[in-house]
Amino acid sequence: MSVPLRATLPPRRFRISVTGAIGLALVVFWLAVTAVGPMLAPYPPGRIVGTDVLGPMTHAFPLGTDYLGRDMLSRILVGGRYTISIAFVATFLACFSACTLALAAAVKGGWVDAVLSRLLDALISIPSLLFGLVVVAALGSSIPILVLTAAVIYMPGAYRTARALAVNVNAMDFVRVAQARGEGAWYVMRAEIMPNMVLPVLTDFGLRFVFVVLLLSGLSFLGLGVQPPDADLGSLVRENLQGLVFGAPAVIMPAAAIASITIGVNLLIDNLPTRRVSRER
Amino acid sequence: MNSLVLRLIATRVAVSLLTLLIVSAIVFGATELLPGDVAQAVLGQGATPDAVTALRQAMHLDQPAWLRYVSWLHGLLTGNPGLSLVNHLPVAGLIGGRLPNSLVLAAITTAFSVPLALAIGITTAVWRGSLYDRIASTLTVSAVSVPEFLVATLAVLIFAVNLHWLPALSSRSGVHGLFGLVRVYAMPVVTLSFVVIAQMARMTRAALVNTLGSSYVEMALLKGARPWRIVLRHALPNALGPIVNAVALSLSFLLGGVIIVETIFNYPGLAKLMVDAVATRDMPLVQSCAMLFCLAYLLLVMLADLAAILSNPRLRYR
Repeated sequence: MSVPLRATLPPRRFRISVTGAIGLALVVFWLAVTAVGPMLAPYPPGRIVGTDVLGPMTHAFPLGTDYLGRDMLSRILVGGRYTISIAFVATFLACFSACTLALAAAVKGGWVDAVLSRLLDALISIPSLLFGLVVVAALGSSIPILVLTAAVIYMPGAYRTARALAVNVNAMDFVRVAQARGEGAWYVMRAEIMPNMVLPVLTDFGLRFVFVVLLLSGLSFLGLGVQPPDADLGSLVRENLQGLVFGAPAVIMPAAAIASITIGVNLLIDNLPTRRVSRER
Repeated sequence: MNSLVLRLIATRVAVSLLTLLIVSAIVFGATELLPGDVAQAVLGQGATPDAVTALRQAMHLDQPAWLRYVSWLHGLLTGNPGLSLVNHLPVAGLIGGRLPNSLVLAAITTAFSVPLALAIGITTAVWRGSLYDRIASTLTVSAVSVPEFLVATLAVLIFAVNLHWLPALSSRSGVHGLFGLVRVYAMPVVTLSFVVIAQMARMTRAALVNTLGSSYVEMALLKGARPWRIVLRHALPNALGPIVNAVALSLSFLLGGVIIVETIFNYPGLAKLMVDAVATRDMPLVQSCAMLFCLAYLLLVMLADLAAILSNPRLRYR
């Protein structure tokens, strides 16, 4: 007599706390802005439409006007897309290359592991904003350079996390079985180890994404990131900084937008039903 | 102290020195990527080829890169890292004028944030799960995930614009007495402390919660020890190593924050000097500032690791 096991288990539900739901809502909102935001912009972001500069929130300009009289809502919708897409590409590059190297290090072991780990540990010991400053000083600032710099800066941290995960999975019996079967290293990496570390790697991806957003906005805020006429959220704060003395929404709103992106992602990954992640940079 | 601990410490110091060497190679290598010729860039477009060649020789640009790297490294170690490309003043003098300002800022921030962060970290760990803990945890997560310049702009908005308590810019000229000093330093210190305190409180809480969950603490609870005695006598001594580790690591976040804070408040420190040097692409100055920052960072991380080694009793009595 066999009891159908599946029927005795309670149905699986995806439970998420209130703070997690707030985080999820913020993340979904910003993804939507990245996808369709510029199409919803009421004015062209580069056109001077208002009569007063650094104006207050009005019916015509919901988030006020900037230091030249351009519509702030339109500029934030476009700037948000810059911030999120640049950070996303950079984080993806960092995590993808980190996972590949980490899997190789775990499967090959020996000197491959030792050399990779030593070299990347040296890279990790340069503070991120400082590394960005040195690269921008040497190469100037353009979007491809910003993406690559951010990817190089956050790759070692992602490598450290992914390597720890991969080494754990690599010690499991089913990996030994696959190797005994005569599967190649590439197959073991891709089909045996990777599927068993996807969720923690995705959590780590969210964390790195926050760091990249903060780094890129910091660089843009210093005037060394995205260059005019393009503007990401950090540049928007910088160019309207003169409005700070009378509390113009043009300087508060883009800064608040960055905060809502990063806090949203952080709240979401803090409340995911996985074990807690290390917040080491 | 026994031979095992000494060996661990020696290994850790050696690794730090090796890392510093690799970092110096990366920083120097970044300059090699510079498109175009430094001599050409210094002299401008109107320079004759003869003048460019002469300057190349004077700046030793005709030598191979590794030779220049070695002489640059030698210059750094002997306190002579070359001349600024922009105003032709010695880099050492430029840095010497700014370094004390940054150190004062860092010292005040440390003195202000460490006690506060430890208090928050320890109390949230003791009352974990309470409303206070949940509010504090949400606040600290938010604080570590907002950019420093948001904190700085909000601080200016509240204290300088709305309340008129403090000046929006920092300048040390014309400061009279203790009150004047507080007025100048309050805003940069508050902004810097904000992120550092959040980071430190989170790590302290995690370290102490870990210890409070162990079985010997449960034993102490079962034998009837008072809650504060458990925390102060039983848990804290064992959590001290991780906590010192957390303090040192969190202070390394100062280095990133100080770059933003000195720029926004126009504070005449080392980070402001470096940001200005990046804007004018004054590479000798950028290199030296970057090395100083990396040195400070590595020292703090090494301190954190040494604290972890020294506080581990299993290593002490072997």
